[in-house]
Amino acid sequence: MNNHKPVNQKAWWLVLPVILCVAFSAVLPLMTVVNYSVQDIISPQRRVFVGTEWFVMVMRDSDLHLALWRQIQFSLAVLLIEIPLGIALALSMPAQGWRASVVLVIVALSLLIPWNVVGTIWQIFGRSDIGLLGHTLLKLGVDYSYTGNPEHAWWTVLIMDVWHWTPLVALLAYAGLRSIPDAYYQAARIDGASQWAVFRYIQLPKMRGVLMIAVLLRFMDSFMIYTEPFVLTGGGPGNATTFLSQYLTTKAVGQFDLGPAAAFSLIYFFIILLFCFVLYNWMQSLGTSDKEQGHA
Amino acid sequence: MRDGNFKARWLFLIAYLVFALLPIYWMVNMSFKTNQEILSSFTLWPTEFTWANYKTIFTDPSWYSGYVNSLIYVGINTAISLTVALPAAYAFSRYRFLGDKHVFFWLLTNRMTPPAVFLLPFFQLYTTLGLMDTHIAVALAHLLFNVPLAVWILEGFMSGIPREIDETAYIDGYSFPRFFFTIFLPLIKAGVGVAAFFCFMFSWVELLLARTLTSVNAKPIVATMTRTVSASGMDWATLAAAGVLTIVPGAIVIWFVRHYIAKGFAMGRV
Amino acid sequence: MALIELDLAHAYGPNPRTDDDYALLPLKMAFRDGGAYALLGPSGCGKTTMLNIISGLLVPSQGTVRFDGRDVTRDSPQQRNIAQVFQFPVIYDTMTVAQNLAFPLRNRRVPEAEIRQRVGRIAEMLELSGQLDHRAAGLSADQKQKISLGRGLVRSDVSAVLFDEPLTVIDPHLKWQLRRKLKQIHHELKLTLIYVTHDQVEALTFADEVVVMSRGRAVQKGAAADLFERPAHTFVGHFIGSPGMNFLPAQAVRGGVLVNEQPLAFQEDRRLPEGPVKLGIRPEYLRLGQAGDGRSLPARVSRVQDIGTYFLLTCELGGHTLKSRLGAEAAPPAEGDTVHLRLLDAHTCFYRDEQLVEATA
Repeated sequence: MNNHKPVNQKAWWLVLPVILCVAFSAVLPLMTVVNYSVQDIISPQRRVFVGTEWFVMVMRDSDLHLALWRQIQFSLAVLLIEIPLGIALALSMPAQGWRASVVLVIVALSLLIPWNVVGTIWQIFGRSDIGLLGHTLLKLGVDYSYTGNPEHAWWTVLIMDVWHWTPLVALLAYAGLRSIPDAYYQAARIDGASQWAVFRYIQLPKMRGVLMIAVLLRFMDSFMIYTEPFVLTGGGPGNATTFLSQYLTTKAVGQFDLGPAAAFSLIYFFIILLFCFVLYNWMQSLGTSDKEQGHA
Repeated sequence: MRDGNFKARWLFLIAYLVFALLPIYWMVNMSFKTNQEILSSFTLWPTEFTWANYKTIFTDPSWYSGYVNSLIYVGINTAISLTVALPAAYAFSRYRFLGDKHVFFWLLTNRMTPPAVFLLPFFQLYTTLGLMDTHIAVALAHLLFNVPLAVWILEGFMSGIPREIDETAYIDGYSFPRFFFTIFLPLIKAGVGVAAFFCFMFSWVELLLARTLTSVNAKPIVATMTRTVSASGMDWATLAAAGVLTIVPGAIVIWFVRHYIAKGFAMGRV
Repeated sequence: MALIELDLAHAYGPNPRTDDDYALLPLKMAFRDGGAYALLGPSGCGKTTMLNIISGLLVPSQGTVRFDGRDVTRDSPQQRNIAQVFQFPVIYDTMTVAQNLAFPLRNRRVPEAEIRQRVGRIAEMLELSGQLDHRAAGLSADQKQKISLGRGLVRSDVSAVLFDEPLTVIDPHLKWQLRRKLKQIHHELKLTLIYVTHDQVEALTFADEVVVMSRGRAVQKGAAADLFERPAHTFVGHFIGSPGMNFLPAQAVRGGVLVNEQPLAFQEDRRLPEGPVKLGIRPEYLRLGQAGDGRSLPARVSRVQDIGTYFLLTCELGGHTLKSRLGAEAAPPAEGDTVHLRLLDAHTCFYRDEQLVEATA
């Protein structure tokens, strides 16, 4: 990013509005959170500094451990399904013409549905009385119930997420594919390369940049997921589909335990930050020499 | 293009498209039925086709105001996001300055923060400011994740414009504002469109913050839809119609930016 | 290595009617086995289309392509054993140089020992031996083009190597090195080479024969000298040479021509069919003559440029601009002077409807 750009400290003025906006939206609230995380607010007038007490308490909470474990499983499953599926989808989408436009719109549609509507759609879809999926499964003899059966709830939430977010991966991969000049495919034909070789040596390497964005975004967002599972299952049955965001929201709003909630918020944030940092560096190391060759 | 397993690709694509459209089709199907029909029989197509649900939404203020509210704060948010992001993106794209890499990364970390974390602080902040239940509150709250995104997308597109253009304009005597608005902006039209699309998208779909910060006046459609239980049971038909209507603005916007949408998802870095 | 024969045309759509509907107008051409050819012309003239038809990346809408007599019109590039080098280096980033060069051979299941031997030989020829184990992605543009070329040369049975403006992204000071290397390879391996370019210097130095193309038409095919001395078409006269040929409208009459109503007489026994013609003479051959020698006309010098090895005169004659190259030893006239330009010369060509008119002796 910084190869031959001139140094100009006055550029700070251009960046100032952004910093102010984000500081307002982020730093101020975060400071509040930090503030709460180290205090016990017994009443609006009485606050006691408790240091790391909340952090310790939160990290010992078995509910948290379970929610974290569920969350990790969920995010891993999401990545394992959505990344390959998205790539496959991108490979099958037409490159140009009116067909490309139509397919593009249909594929991108699920990304623009308000998240609670996504939950509602699947809520309806999965019911045995009024939903196509539920009804069909019932007819096939499957005792499907996402409200009663924890495994069914898990699968439904997972498939809902796949339905909702795979297009993001697909569109990113699609953009990467479109940037490959035709000459590469022609050269591969001339070299007698098989379809698999074309994918492995030309398409996949060229998609590395966008796939990195895809993995990071999907990991982050799946780790923060709240609305869709909440609308669909409310976190149930029991705690089967209660992931970290819901755990936090319940603690913060439901139980009004500000201190512990704030402490957990910080822990939550740092977990994501850590994972992303590690993931980002790992993917960078996979092909640092890519930067040298620039664009063809 | 690759002839080998051409048919396999098309089959897979069709299969996915069906998978993508099936739940939506089902909701559309329901939106044209009456509640009685929904609850009594199971049909793939409405036996008694009715526009009544849509009529309800368009005529009942408690419903359509939801859409209006959503559109308002999404619009405000997009406008603010773009306005502050443009100069910042230009700075990141063209100059090095003290702490530039750190600020850039810091902006991205805001995208990584779970909105749930901000629930309470936002609630308190906006109550203190007296901005609860206003459109501006939600618009400002959404700046949290939209501004970093807008900066990143715009920076990607801007870096694709050769610096020689800036230098030529400078030599030709253009003042910076004049250069920026008359020369530079038209060149990154696509980038601005994409950034606007994403700001629209992420603000339109967000529920948690939007619901927390509003109650009556600025209540967005996403919150309105959670209250469709009445005395006679769940109002599925109207809910379905409302759902369909939330998809419509999105579909329209996608159509307009369809040429840039793929590139935009890659934040111009392709 | 193969004799390549083309007898085809290529139209954009299914029902071509006018010339504009054709990317390549009907042509018949043969490329000798082991010859070095250049397809030269401005953008859009159809040279890349022709190249892609030869390589098999494009199927002509009508006609055939033959390799050594065999009809390969519908064969893939792989089946024709073609190698092609593109405008920008096309390499497999994730592989080393050696793996890149070995790739086409591995796909054909050539035994490892033979692969190593061929890769080594080609790498040495291209001066890449030192980089065999480096990742291809980290090399400079000209080295990457060499790898692209190497992948084509490494196959022992390659029928022809096709180049599509391969020096486009190479730094100017490295271009001549690569060009020399290509000539060397041609000399050593005796392969059929077909080179597409819009740069006449590249074409004329590289190829034994150049095909000049314009707007889908193969205008002239011949050695550099022929294209220079006797352009078959005004386009060739204009395109080749720096600056290109001078053209003047004239009227052919018995024993000579009339230019601006002034008579000029043929020295040798030459006859042209009477009527309007275009007189063409290259700046290199447009010398200064004398008043009254029957072959020259007065012109006003509007500009004199000292190019170093020669002087470039720009003159006005009856409303037409003519350029002349004068050797550095002669003292050039000054701007504003009137000189006599010797228009009729052994090298003067005449054109009717843009085509060269042969003077019958």
